[in-house]
Amino acid sequence: MEQAVEPRRAVRIGVIAFFVALLAVPIVYKHYQRAAVEGLAKSGEASALARYGFYFQESSKASGIHFVHQAPILDSKLNHIMPQVASMGAAVSVVDFDRDGWEDIYVTNSKEGSRNALYRNLGNGTFQDVAAEVGLADVNLPGTGVSTGAVWGDYDNDGYEDVFLYKWGKPELFHNDGGKHFTRVTEKAGLPPWVNANTAVWFDYDRDGKLDLFLGGYYPENVNLWHLKTTKIMPDSFEYADNGGRKYLFHNLGDGRFEEVSQKLGINSRRWSLAAVAADLRGTGYPDLFVANDYGVSELYLNEEGKGFREAGKDAGVGFSPKSGMTASVGDVLNNGQFDVYVSNISEEGILVQGNNLWMPKPGTPQGTVHYENMANTFGVELGGWSFGAQFADLNNDGNLDLYVTNGNVSLDPHRSYWYDYSKVAGGHEAIISDAANWPPLRGRSLSGYQHKKVWINDGEGRFQEVAQMVGVKDVHDGRSVAMADFENRGALDVVVANQRGPLLLYKNTVAPGRHWIEFDLEGTRSNRSAIGAEVRAFWNGRQQLQQVTGGSGFCSQNERRIHFGLGNSNKVDRVEILWPSGAQQTLTAPRIDEIHKIKEPL
Amino acid sequence: MSLAAEPGIPVSAAQKKSVSPLIRFFSVENRYLPPLLITLILVAGQAKFGLLESFSRTALAIATSMALDLLLARLMFRKWPHLASAYITGISVGILLRSPVFWPYALCSALAITSKYAIRWHGRHLFNPSNFSISAMLLLIPEYVATLSIQWGNDIWPMLIVWVLGALITWRVKRFHITITYVLSFLMYSAILSMIVGDSFLAEVAPITGPMYQLFIFFMITDPRTTVKSVKWQCIVVFLVATMEMILRLADNVHAPFYALSIVGPIAMAIAIWLNSRKRQAVPAIATA
Repeated sequence: MEQAVEPRRAVRIGVIAFFVALLAVPIVYKHYQRAAVEGLAKSGEASALARYGFYFQESSKASGIHFVHQAPILDSKLNHIMPQVASMGAAVSVVDFDRDGWEDIYVTNSKEGSRNALYRNLGNGTFQDVAAEVGLADVNLPGTGVSTGAVWGDYDNDGYEDVFLYKWGKPELFHNDGGKHFTRVTEKAGLPPWVNANTAVWFDYDRDGKLDLFLGGYYPENVNLWHLKTTKIMPDSFEYADNGGRKYLFHNLGDGRFEEVSQKLGINSRRWSLAAVAADLRGTGYPDLFVANDYGVSELYLNEEGKGFREAGKDAGVGFSPKSGMTASVGDVLNNGQFDVYVSNISEEGILVQGNNLWMPKPGTPQGTVHYENMANTFGVELGGWSFGAQFADLNNDGNLDLYVTNGNVSLDPHRSYWYDYSKVAGGHEAIISDAANWPPLRGRSLSGYQHKKVWINDGEGRFQEVAQMVGVKDVHDGRSVAMADFENRGALDVVVANQRGPLLLYKNTVAPGRHWIEFDLEGTRSNRSAIGAEVRAFWNGRQQLQQVTGGSGFCSQNERRIHFGLGNSNKVDRVEILWPSGAQQTLTAPRIDEIHKIKEPL
Repeated sequence: MSLAAEPGIPVSAAQKKSVSPLIRFFSVENRYLPPLLITLILVAGQAKFGLLESFSRTALAIATSMALDLLLARLMFRKWPHLASAYITGISVGILLRSPVFWPYALCSALAITSKYAIRWHGRHLFNPSNFSISAMLLLIPEYVATLSIQWGNDIWPMLIVWVLGALITWRVKRFHITITYVLSFLMYSAILSMIVGDSFLAEVAPITGPMYQLFIFFMITDPRTTVKSVKWQCIVVFLVATMEMILRLADNVHAPFYALSIVGPIAMAIAIWLNSRKRQAVPAIATA
């Protein structure tokens, strides 16, 4: 080719023109994309309501919420990378702890000596922090570690939601005494002395009517991050790490005690867990457990009729490409009566494009098995920055589940990035990456900081549209934990976001008029009283949607237990089918819309 | 980025005649070794580590590269090109580029191949095609692309196998001096960087233990079409590439190796071409004299 005949002048000019055109393609494409988004972002509430059917107003301060998260300060051997290592701990969960019919907010703090807050919903759009008076504030005492999250569940079926507080430190269980006070029952429960945990979920894996508890470790449990014996505490790989914290499965014995059964039941992993969600993913009647791991692949523990778990991540297709799993949420994205699983990961422009995963079950797999395909790209929910918490919810009451993703890792100097140094060590061999002493100092630089959040609305046909800026979500804090709840009992799901070293945000939702909804507040009798694991299918206007009561999902978060369905402009629901964890089935025919229904499991 | 037209081990005309084309194909001629190695790395890496999210994007990059090479060679030179070069360009783009969408793979391959035909001087192209196109994509659309950033697991064997195989093949195609010069320069500059910025030496060396650098070392900097002719100058140029890379690393540039080769490679090529052309002009003049 090099020694070939000299090309004709016209051909040569044509080839050069083609080359220039190719170079111009990305520039032009980018220009038009940006112009379109910027134009829409300038439009206000009225435009968002007309266009997307909802609008958020950040109203934490107006609602009496003045919480600002404080990050942990760990052993001085980690000073050079402190903001990166101490980048977790902001968590939020929603619960009606006093059973007054209004959803309350519990938020964690993570500096030694800092206080957690329990915001009691006063029912008038404002909240009051009652953590100190009920005994849930002063839980980060020096020497006990600091909070990283909390999940609520009525473990003794007395009608009041108890709280399990997980920490980088000593995990704690608090019994709810009639909604007035909490009593620490950790010793009686038999919990381990120290776990560096970032995820926990309540679920009744053996369907005995008593809530069990899964707890996922991040750093190994023999590491006290305030008193390090060695700096070799980091993951041994950016993608295949298996030197993290162990997993725990606590079987509820029914008398306030729990038996740790993880090894016995087949949960035996030391991956660096950051999120877990339990759901019946195969229609067996038993909840399976999906675990999203940092520095590696996700794990799927299939529940073998409550007698054991089998890890089947690879077989199911979710355990192959290693990423940085930071959230695990389930939702019926296509309204086809099946749960899809969303896992958040890291994407940084030009540097690392892991992409988030939307795992959707492949049709036609045999009964009792499941095989997933990652549809995040096809559905347009793949790039979410350094994504942390994510939750599905019908934000505009159009009958399709939307997706809220918060993000941003470490926001320090906005003009200097740590990415170069981070990528340098992250790509290195085990001997290099696993020793914190080898990690270059952060020196005040940001690592995927100041990121714009993602609010993806679902068109129900397999495409999501990103509208965060347009619907009023404009913060750039380092978002961690997202929870959804209808705080004003008016059929609109508000969003509460916990930010690392940042304020707790409450995005109050206004939904366009004419969009109907229905909500269900379930109470188990034969099943666990929290009804965690109950599946609810609503059928309306030829459509259906599946939802479930969860005992924790997303990143260090828990949504309200109440189930919310948006119905669009449909003015009736044909029927609602409830599958209780006990196996009992219940059908509600044509329940009234635009109402919250309190449903008790038939005896 | 091709070793395709490299003469490699000389084969006499008599030898060529005595061996059938079929046997010659399967005898692993030099031109097929790099594509074979890179394909092996791709398949093994995907099977063991999930190197790619899917084969389809890599296939798109390869198909675009080969189709466009056929078309442009035919248009410009009225010849059918040997496709080993286009195959390596395509597969390199398919492995080294990371994007959640398909079109950057096609665009990157198209840019790489077109650059060979559009940016020429004295009948030779100046840029390493895939290096040029990946650098261009990173500069123009970082929102949509990144480069390969995964590891070879957390044990040492896969990394060693790639190093040994890569070294053997670059040795066989007579390019090992380029590879070893670059590696030694990288190690030396890592020590210097460590002293300048105060980070540990291991942290500075860490990148070279990953697949991205290995592909860069074995397949990109050794490209005969975009390297100068003499062994001595090949070593000097690759040392300059490593020097430029160190400067970029000092500026915290994540894509330092790609940009360094994009800057130093064409300048070195241009100087070499210019010197050659002067030599060619001088020879008839002397003869006439």
